[in-house]
Amino acid sequence: MKVSVVVFPGTNCETDTKYAYEKLNADVELVFHKDETLPNGTDLVVLPGGFSYGDYLRSAAIAKFSPIMKDVIRFANEGGKVLGICNGFQMLLEMGLLEGAMKRNASVHFISKYHHLRVINNDNIFLNKLNVNDIINIPIAHGEGNYFIDEDGLKKLYDNNQVLLKYCDKNGIDKNPNGSVDSIACICNKNRNVFGLMPHPERAIEALLGSSDGVKMLEGLLEG
Amino acid sequence: MKVIVNIQLKEGVLDPQGKAVHHALSALNFKEVNDVRIGKQIIIQVDEIDRDKATKRAAEMCEELLANTVIENYEIEIV
Repeated sequence: MKVSVVVFPGTNCETDTKYAYEKLNADVELVFHKDETLPNGTDLVVLPGGFSYGDYLRSAAIAKFSPIMKDVIRFANEGGKVLGICNGFQMLLEMGLLEGAMKRNASVHFISKYHHLRVINNDNIFLNKLNVNDIINIPIAHGEGNYFIDEDGLKKLYDNNQVLLKYCDKNGIDKNPNGSVDSIACICNKNRNVFGLMPHPERAIEALLGSSDGVKMLEGLLEG
Repeated sequence: MKVIVNIQLKEGVLDPQGKAVHHALSALNFKEVNDVRIGKQIIIQVDEIDRDKATKRAAEMCEELLANTVIENYEIEIV
């Protein structure tokens, strides 16, 4: 499987993402944002975390105009698998590949810590190795992860099973670190090929370093 | 010609920064404050002499880049 990880000025999670996917035996290529086409044979595009363009104007507002993004949009629209982590999730929202928008955390603080998440839907390639109501523990690290969508949009997400993960405590009870609507941490598009989440599965792949709960998620995209 | 764009979160969208500043003002004893909203102002210098054209172009800039219309409104002022 070939994974293309896109690197923007200010991206800082590309090496972790590459390491994680190489550990899962994928062929990983870092792709510069000024390239105009994705490498031949790309099976999965990852938009990694970081602070593209210094978060100027709004998080991810400028990254969506990078030359590579036209091809990322084409790839997604043709059914290609796209994963946006943290800043990458913000990009998918700005590009309109996922619905909603990100605001500053309700606390106005940058939050960096492990957080529990509950699986809401698993009928998709990202979470099909997990069970509904499974509780996983992976790091979050963001200042603008306060997910917003209007009521109609939220209803549609639920109706189509597009809400995939919610923030919770260790017992699975909703616990909201950033003010997100309904404690939502991860969504996908209607066609289930574009996934966005604020937490960092690529930072949870070694039990020795705290958690390996990210492995099943990243693996799912290689096999699906 | 100078174009001033004011961007604000839409009514009904909770403004975390405004809330934090409101809280701080209350702590400083500015008890008369009952709401604070924070937006941003973008000042753009353009080579254009027609006000209507400048306004129309600025609106395009807002729709494409300057504002996220899912959560933000914008107002355009020509000076």
